[in-house]
Amino acid sequence: MIDYFLTKEEEIIKELARKIAEEKIKAKRAYYDETQEFPWDIVKIMAESDLFRIFIPEEYGGFGGGVMSLTVAVEELSRGCAGIALAYAGTALGTFPILLFGNEEQKKKYLPRIAEGELAAFALTEAQAGSDAGNIKTRAEKRGDYYVLNGTKQFITNGGEAGIYTVIALTNPEKGARGASAFIVEKGTPGLSFGKKENKLGIRASATREVIFQDCKIPKENLLGKEGMGFIIAMKTFDYSRPGVAAQALGIAQAALEEATKYAKERIQFDVPIANFQAIQHMLADMAIKLEAARALTYQVARNIDKGNTKITKESAMVKCLASDVAMEVTLNAVQIFGGYGYMKEYPVEKLMRDAKITQIYEGTNQIMRNIVASQLLKEVK
Amino acid sequence: MNIIVCIKQVPDTQDVKMDPERGTLIREGVKSIVNPFDLYALEEGIRIKERTGKGTVVALTMGPPQAEEALKEAIAMGVDRGILITDKAFAGADTLATSYTLAKAIEKIGSPWVIVCGRQAIDGDTAQVGPELAAWLDVPQITYVSKILEIDEKRIKAERLTDYGYDVVEATVPCVITVNKEINEPRLPSLRGMMKAKRFKPEIWDSSSMDVDRKYIGLEGSPTRVIKIFAPPQKIGGQKHEGTPEELAKIIVKKFEELKII
Repeated sequence: MIDYFLTKEEEIIKELARKIAEEKIKAKRAYYDETQEFPWDIVKIMAESDLFRIFIPEEYGGFGGGVMSLTVAVEELSRGCAGIALAYAGTALGTFPILLFGNEEQKKKYLPRIAEGELAAFALTEAQAGSDAGNIKTRAEKRGDYYVLNGTKQFITNGGEAGIYTVIALTNPEKGARGASAFIVEKGTPGLSFGKKENKLGIRASATREVIFQDCKIPKENLLGKEGMGFIIAMKTFDYSRPGVAAQALGIAQAALEEATKYAKERIQFDVPIANFQAIQHMLADMAIKLEAARALTYQVARNIDKGNTKITKESAMVKCLASDVAMEVTLNAVQIFGGYGYMKEYPVEKLMRDAKITQIYEGTNQIMRNIVASQLLKEVK
Repeated sequence: MNIIVCIKQVPDTQDVKMDPERGTLIREGVKSIVNPFDLYALEEGIRIKERTGKGTVVALTMGPPQAEEALKEAIAMGVDRGILITDKAFAGADTLATSYTLAKAIEKIGSPWVIVCGRQAIDGDTAQVGPELAAWLDVPQITYVSKILEIDEKRIKAERLTDYGYDVVEATVPCVITVNKEINEPRLPSLRGMMKAKRFKPEIWDSSSMDVDRKYIGLEGSPTRVIKIFAPPQKIGGQKHEGTPEELAKIIVKKFEELKII
């Protein structure tokens, strides 16, 4: 076993997150996967266990842990259920813009609420603006002391459930991406409503909704950073949040590897456990090798971020891409090792496979991740 | 006013195997846990404080030095104070000697309000320590509590689960209660609690730090003698019949006749 030299605090976070996953999440995951209800009971347990405090600075009611602490927590929760864990990870994503760019008043107002377990969400994607995020149409028009928002955000994790939304909208449409700004919008603000809840392949315990702004008037104090900084804020947010997606992928892959290994030792074919066959052994070995490599890189990047290394765009993209590709491969192979049983909902691996897929898509598709890695690489080599 | 929760560290019975030769439990390499019933006791102790806003929750355990781990779990859940009674002189205690020792510790803690115990421990399964504790302390006891209905500085009113339904019992305090799993759902520890537990060092009391009479403690104070331990013979599975009530009634009557019951 590799010792990743977790700090005492990280060890405790890991132990607690695992306990929640084992004792609370596992029993409920099939139910939430089936019904697509929002797992408020588990979110409440996470909040009571102080999990939301991990990534909030001490002066705002948190523990002041960094990206590494968050990575450890998300990985363990996702090992139980990535869909349920996403209520938590999605909140971290929605919080990063405030953590990174919020002023003192904004931090004082919102961070203690998140520390207590109020959910947050990040709203960038629109129908015509997925990978082409610069193509957003949502407007934020300044009128006196207010901004008035109009437009529809799509595929928003925690949409409708979160109380705090960080939203990217255009303050100066002529400037395109350079005319975007970031805002904090609270649930309950007149003009803010939620569209249909998406019916998804995986992470079905997570709520994914449209977030709709119709003459939604917010005080000008809710602008994050300065006008025109919207995309910088979004991209910087992703630098910090992508190791979290990698962590989800690691948790899913870890669960799949454990299930497949256990099953291979129990399943008898041709009078022996299928684990006796080299074909199965090599599959398991490859799963383990790739998973550990992805984990090592993810932890290393998370630690780099916590040490204050700010040039991590390429590395964050790398771990998100690597870990999610590994999770997809590992879960597909887990289903394969389970054979026909793996395809059935009575066994846990088909869900892991469905859950893994999204990690290759959201917070930037893995194609976009490779674009980022390549473009940074080409810049670095003169 | 102290809310005293008595807890025990036990081997995780899901892990325990019997030594068929010696008829004893194989304890080596078996994980130790807080007796599951005691988690409900801890939860209820903390809830009494939360609902009344009064009292200090004290977790009390007797055992070897490693029983400190059980107290750490209690601290992580949110109790205020943890005391470990440990001394070679206490070793080999049966339920009587254990309850005597706990009673002496509670006298030393002072001003008890409610003493909460789990219904029984999963290793010995006697369910005796709670009631004996009440006897040593000469205070009322309510066993198998499934709900505390009312509690204040003078009285406690609780619902106890019985084979025939529920009893509602009122008693003066201090009072010993033993709790069932129906009473609550134990909370998970919080991060804050776990950080506190990491740094926690229990108060350690030995036989010289309490006013104990040596003839009531340890092996000497234990009238119980274990003569033999054995695994009970496996029960033979029953028979299953399906059909209409009339058909099934006939089958039962026939069985009874075969067994000469009727």
